[in-house]
Amino acid sequence: QVSAAAAVGPYPKQVKVVEVGPRDGLQNEKNVVPTPVKISLINMLSETGLQVIEATSFVSPKWVPQMADHTEVMQGINKVPGISYPVLTPNLKGFQAAVAAGAKEVSIFGAASELFTKKNINCSIEESLERFSEVMAAARAANIPVRGYVSCVLGCPYEGKISAAKVAEVSKKMYSMGCYEISLGDTIGVGTPGSMKEMLTMVMKEVPVGALAVHCHDTYGQALANILVALQMGVSVVDASVAGLGGCPYAQGASGNVATEDLVYMLNGLGIHTGVDLQKLMDTGTFICNALNRRTNSKVSQASCRL
Amino acid sequence: QEPQASGLPEYIKIVEVGPRDGLQNEKVIVPTDIKIELINQLSKTGLPVVEVTSFVSSKWVPQMADHKEVMRGIERHPGVHYPVLTPNLQGFHSAIAAGATEVSVFGAASESFSKMNINCSIEESIEKFEEVAKSARNMNIPVRGYVSCALGCPYEGNIIPAKVAEVSKRLYSMGCYEISLGDTIGVGTPGSMKKMLEAVMKEIPLSALAVHCHDTYGQALANILTAIQMGVSVVDSSVSGLGGCPYAKGATGNVATEDVIYMLNGLGINTGVNLYAVMEAGNFICTALNKKTNSKVAQASFNTGTI
Repeated sequence: QVSAAAAVGPYPKQVKVVEVGPRDGLQNEKNVVPTPVKISLINMLSETGLQVIEATSFVSPKWVPQMADHTEVMQGINKVPGISYPVLTPNLKGFQAAVAAGAKEVSIFGAASELFTKKNINCSIEESLERFSEVMAAARAANIPVRGYVSCVLGCPYEGKISAAKVAEVSKKMYSMGCYEISLGDTIGVGTPGSMKEMLTMVMKEVPVGALAVHCHDTYGQALANILVALQMGVSVVDASVAGLGGCPYAQGASGNVATEDLVYMLNGLGIHTGVDLQKLMDTGTFICNALNRRTNSKVSQASCRL
Repeated sequence: QEPQASGLPEYIKIVEVGPRDGLQNEKVIVPTDIKIELINQLSKTGLPVVEVTSFVSSKWVPQMADHKEVMRGIERHPGVHYPVLTPNLQGFHSAIAAGATEVSVFGAASESFSKMNINCSIEESIEKFEEVAKSARNMNIPVRGYVSCALGCPYEGNIIPAKVAEVSKRLYSMGCYEISLGDTIGVGTPGSMKKMLEAVMKEIPLSALAVHCHDTYGQALANILTAIQMGVSVVDSSVSGLGGCPYAKGATGNVATEDVIYMLNGLGINTGVNLYAVMEAGNFICTALNKKTNSKVAQASFNTGTI
């Protein structure tokens, strides 16, 4: 082995954990969650040390009934100073509604797959980016930071394999449009440390690593291993969902988001600073799982309750 | 993928422990013919090693009471190894009489664990194993050594890497051809895995090391990845993730063979194992045990109808 030990680390000294449970998590849960429960969830998450909590999505309730109460949620939560509460805004109309409701940061969702874009939002990648440029212009005028997501970076439920070059191309476009951060999503969780490394190598040619985040799904149990590789390559922003909320809409009954608790456990073990209190996080996971009447997807939570 | 270019092994030997470690930690007693059928199915998947049973007193481990019948009843496929556990000389002789051609002994890096598990100190257990190793040497029978609690102990908590190295060295010196380092309660992370391996690698050649990771805290694949990045090329796992954790009620234990193979396939590492065949064996035993698989790959694959 040629300096195999050197391949392990060095790791970033700190990692920003972006909590997507209240949006990405709940959006992919079957049961519609009452507004007060959503608000309590976000308020509890605000007490854990998390710095970024994705609050809701300003999308039409016709498409995403779970997020129909976006205005009430945005107006109802405690906005703790120092914590960011980004919201999804698929178009200019959603952006305007979000700002009117008090949003100070927004996110837009692109994809590295033409078929996925067509099936998801009924247009091509190019057309979706044109729509986003309207949001970008409005956001710039209002001094509102925009985070860009790229879906299907390690595989697509329709196209199968996705070329790393395509991911790099879409990421570059979104970064050039003015997104301050690009979150690379393994939407169906098919990625492995091999494909993660290959994809990041290409993307890092176009976008500085400091502006990159990974959003790994645990559908095939690969999430933490994929995140580990991303960290080894210098990525220091990781998305996760409390209790691993949010199944996979493409594999019935399979899991989706990686659990924030399991991620924080790993980062703690690596001596990487997150600022997150694991116990408070687990308590929040317990709360939302009780409210949803479901078991947690977090293994740390499952194990800890019984020790 | 080019595993050599990234410092990863080209080939990884998977040691399947489902029929022994897995079933031993399942509540339901499995009929002998089911055990035999499981092992026979696993023998056809390409797995190079299948741990068959344990020649331990049925008073202690009722699940393994049928060790003789299982050993005599299984098909022995050429090129596949069928080790069995032998805690002492009596078990060893019984195993040989039943046709075993390879045995394993189980040490621990924790005095408390040794006392609670086999009612003697580490030193006393080593003496017993030396008797087994001596007889085995005379009969040309290979012996594999396990070290439990390599990354933490349910009683002592933190375990120092130097202790793991010391016990490993004792087992290796007495003639064990391979040392499997077990994260018995799954508390390890890539951080503690790295530190422990660095200490052990000072005493034991890399090619004689294996990792046996439990997934109780969801860390197994990340820990295994760390180990293979450091050059370890033998990994233990259990089909369907059979075998819960006896120290955390309801929590998971062994890492699922399917999930390990999925990761290694994605890294371009050769294992010789047919993932689909393993999933079928997993499906068989889960049906027989009337339980859901612990393998995320199996869950996702059976739900989409794709592999």
